Amino acid sequence: MVDFGGWDMPLQYGSQIAEHHAVRRGAGVFDVSHMCIVDLEGARVRPFLLGLLANDVGKLKASGKALYGCMLNETGGVIDDLIVYFLDESRFRAVVNAGTRDKDLAWMRQHAARFGVELRERTDLAMLAVQGPEARGKAASLMSPTGAPAALALEPFFGREIDGWFIARTGYTGEDGFEIMLPATAAERVWKALNATGVLSCGLGARDTLRLEAGMNLYGNDMDESTHPFESGLGWTVALEPPGRAFVGREALEAIRARGPQRKLVGLLLSDRGVLRAHQRVLLADAGAGEITSGTFSPTLERSIALARVPAAAGERVQVDIRGKLHDARIVRPPFVRHGKALVS
Amino acid sequence: MSNVPSDLKYTKTHEWLRTLPDGTVEVGITDHAQHALGDLVFVEVPETGRKLSAGEPFAVVESVKAASDVYSPVAGEVIAGNPGLAAEPEAINSDAYGKGWLMRLRPAAAAAPSLLTPAEYQKLIAEEGG
Repeated sequence: MVDFGGWDMPLQYGSQIAEHHAVRRGAGVFDVSHMCIVDLEGARVRPFLLGLLANDVGKLKASGKALYGCMLNETGGVIDDLIVYFLDESRFRAVVNAGTRDKDLAWMRQHAARFGVELRERTDLAMLAVQGPEARGKAASLMSPTGAPAALALEPFFGREIDGWFIARTGYTGEDGFEIMLPATAAERVWKALNATGVLSCGLGARDTLRLEAGMNLYGNDMDESTHPFESGLGWTVALEPPGRAFVGREALEAIRARGPQRKLVGLLLSDRGVLRAHQRVLLADAGAGEITSGTFSPTLERSIALARVPAAAGERVQVDIRGKLHDARIVRPPFVRHGKALVS
Repeated sequence: MSNVPSDLKYTKTHEWLRTLPDGTVEVGITDHAQHALGDLVFVEVPETGRKLSAGEPFAVVESVKAASDVYSPVAGEVIAGNPGLAAEPEAINSDAYGKGWLMRLRPAAAAAPSLLTPAEYQKLIAEEGG
């Protein structure tokens, strides 16, 4: 067990690598109840979020549709990344990171005040992420005769209240699956029921190798308040259209975009044996340097992979300083793996 | 509870040593050590002929979590590094005292070093919480 953002969580239940393969090939379940679920309620929730988030909730028109994006500070630095679900015009649900919970809630409350929006943290809910090609089928097998087909009908990046659970077809692994928000009192029973259908218990170790293979960022490693989305691989989550939408950090991002970002976040693939790790120095041929933000061993590729922040002009070939020795690595575009298959060779 | 076989000797740095009938020794890392490291992904074993002093690092074991040096319990000459570990580093996790052996060594004809008995090693890891 390790301390993760103030929560006691297991790194693995058995073998971290076996847990990783279970998610890529079958189904695994993660206890992600440390994440913070916040319901945002009021007549003016939508305008509140339009001004708060760098991504545009104006895109959310169908009930249940989800959006991934960032909250920025005034200088364009990332306060947190989060998912927001549109439920109805007076209710959205946000899921934010555990480690940034206090900061995020204070920031949101501060900005919500003038819109009369209420924030209700749902500490009554647990969250289980069931992920893998067999995940949705196995999770649905625990539901009622009407609930199961409703859950299986969910489209990607949609969430719905079904049989008293909020089921979202989202995840942090690069596989299909559900993130299920359910009464905390039911969580243990449901976990054991999932195990009984063949869903393997998976810990933080596998969570990290899966998300990194999928090219997904981890707040605190790959971005933080000192980095902006364009140098964090998150430019795709910033909606500068429509030009009339004011949001916190917009001016700063426009200035950065006009100057041209100095750095970029890239994927790295290590050719030799060895493991890339956060904070290792990345050296470029023309004497520029960068740093690894997240690194690990990829069980699917059987090679080490990483995300790294490097000068914007970096080409394909770099070297990484691993414990005092330089190793050749290649810059590649994440994700490294999709639907269980390697995207890089 | 970690497995600590009664027919081996141990070091404070979590290596085990087995004396073979011909007087050579076999060395690896203990069950306690493999458990602390987690799934091993790369192992570097020494080359045949290399001469080692007692306490000298002779191998590197790398897991997703961390890379760790492995130290020679005794002085001597390497007669074999385990060739199977390149393809199957996880053998150390599943069979630390058998298939997971790291090297075989011909000990130097010097005074016997102070290695731990199984009971002493048990006590050490109990103190470390293992």
